[in-house]
Amino acid sequence: MNVQSATTPGRPSSSGRPADGESRVQSPTAVEARGLTKTFGTNRAVDGIDLTVCEGEIFGVLGPNGAGKTTVLNMLATLLPIDSGSARIFGYDVRREAHAVRQLIGVTGQYASVDENLTGRENLWLFGRLQGLSSKRAHGTADDLLAKFDLTDAAHRPIAQFSGGMRRRLDLAASLITRPALVFLDEPTTGLDPRTRAQMWHTIRDLAAEGSTIMLTTQYLDEADELADRITVIDHGRKVAEGTPDQLKAQIGTSSLRVSLTYDADTARAVALAAELIRDTPIPTPTGSGFSVTLSDANQAADVLIALRDHHLDIAGAAIEQPSLDDVFMALTGRPSDTGVPATETSHS
Amino acid sequence: MTATVTNPTWATPRPATRTVQASVPLHDAFTQTTTLAWRALLKMRRNPEQLVDVTAMPVLFTVMFGFMFAGAISGSQASYLPILIPGIIAQTTITACVAAGVQLREDMDKGVFDRFRSLPITRIAPLAGPMMADLARYAIAASVTILVGILMGYRPGGGLPGVTLGILLAVITGWSLAWIFLWIGTITRTAGAVQGMSMMIMFPLAFLSNAFVPVSTLPAWLRAVTTINPVSHVVSAMRDLMNKGTITANVGWALLGCATVAAIFIPLAVRSYTKRV
Repeated sequence: MNVQSATTPGRPSSSGRPADGESRVQSPTAVEARGLTKTFGTNRAVDGIDLTVCEGEIFGVLGPNGAGKTTVLNMLATLLPIDSGSARIFGYDVRREAHAVRQLIGVTGQYASVDENLTGRENLWLFGRLQGLSSKRAHGTADDLLAKFDLTDAAHRPIAQFSGGMRRRLDLAASLITRPALVFLDEPTTGLDPRTRAQMWHTIRDLAAEGSTIMLTTQYLDEADELADRITVIDHGRKVAEGTPDQLKAQIGTSSLRVSLTYDADTARAVALAAELIRDTPIPTPTGSGFSVTLSDANQAADVLIALRDHHLDIAGAAIEQPSLDDVFMALTGRPSDTGVPATETSHS
Repeated sequence: MTATVTNPTWATPRPATRTVQASVPLHDAFTQTTTLAWRALLKMRRNPEQLVDVTAMPVLFTVMFGFMFAGAISGSQASYLPILIPGIIAQTTITACVAAGVQLREDMDKGVFDRFRSLPITRIAPLAGPMMADLARYAIAASVTILVGILMGYRPGGGLPGVTLGILLAVITGWSLAWIFLWIGTITRTAGAVQGMSMMIMFPLAFLSNAFVPVSTLPAWLRAVTTINPVSHVVSAMRDLMNKGTITANVGWALLGCATVAAIFIPLAVRSYTKRV
């Protein structure tokens, strides 16, 4: 079914290193940034960030609006001058060898960077020609990409008639014409409906499976968890945490179970039962009848609920709550993020 | 739809196996420029209203000035048209140049320019491409002016070769002077500001010249200004080419003037553009 494992790196192992035995690779590091800083006026938008992205991994930059995610990405992608610090992409200095860097990267920004006056196919042809494909090959690649991104039917329509999801897909397609080794995606699913969002996730995973290194920004915890091999959390231009999704989740708990009971009197027994099953200490609900407990694994919820029923403790209601980005920030920085990210972001989408 | 993961043609080449160029080879730079010129031409075709300044405007000015000033300046239309037509060509060409700066400013604010910036293309291609497409606009402006002139009774003594060379000179002039407005496009923040600032340059360039009136009627200081204005030399050269069919020293001065403007403003525009993006 799959013939590519010999020619492309597989998904990285948990250590974050690409699992391959090729010796040609001089630099297994896709992105190496040290003390990256950007100041706009008096605002230090990015304040001394260190990053290392390994070849072949999906690296997530998680943070609330205004945390500096896009600024980091734009500096690495040669779109914004670096004020201080250094950055290398596959060993090439972003500041001094921008032209080399641009040959290895694809960039998909938050706003569609395609030409509104042209059709989808014309856009892809244009970007193919600009990157040195012959006219014929540029047409061929355009058609391949349109098919791959399910845009063939819309190929000859002007972009103005594209839906939001179609624009994003075309935008991503335009970034992949030369099969860049590193793809930057700035908030790839912000503003997309749930179905389109799932498609985009699928596409991003495919891209990684085909051998591209991916660095994406997101303000959604579930997105970072779903896609990224490693996540760095930034806030106010500084890195507040970094690790695999599991490592980060270990710090904040994956989710919590909230149970309300029919009879107040049962609460103490229920808490004791839950405490037996789960390492974390259940917290009784302030109003009386019930408790909540942090889960390291959502399956534990079933164990608790079954135990409660086995002991004939009547459950009035139960809910599993995913930690929100706010919880993450609370856990990592000890204070809530100061943007208006809704606490139940993940369950909406 | 099934996933296309397994399609081996989509395997991404390893970075270590790629050849990376240190700079853009010249023939690639040329392809990039012509590709972006194609984009600009396609835009023109899809938004024909962009061509109003090189179609309706020259018609309006030729008719208006032809009837208004003919009696006052030359006594008759037949004797004024040979003086006026080259002047109108110069004026409409300069007006057409202004659009280059406005367009660039609008383009730079659009998402697609972000992509141009992230691509390994020569930095001036997004400037040079539209400039190449604009050559068509200057040719249209000059041709329309001549056609209207002919309808009004203008009979160019230089014949077809003289007129063709006249149009060619207009196109060269347009390309050279447009760099001034491109530069303005790169230093201002909004398209409206480009328009405003450009008007302050466009009007003196077009009118402080010999385009519409004989300079002998002007005070000495103003005459001095018209002499250093490259537009005066372009207009004189066009009159020689189109009316007499002779290539005079004026052609040389006109080309030198254009070259000087280009030599000053190309580096200014490119530098300010690359800093900005």
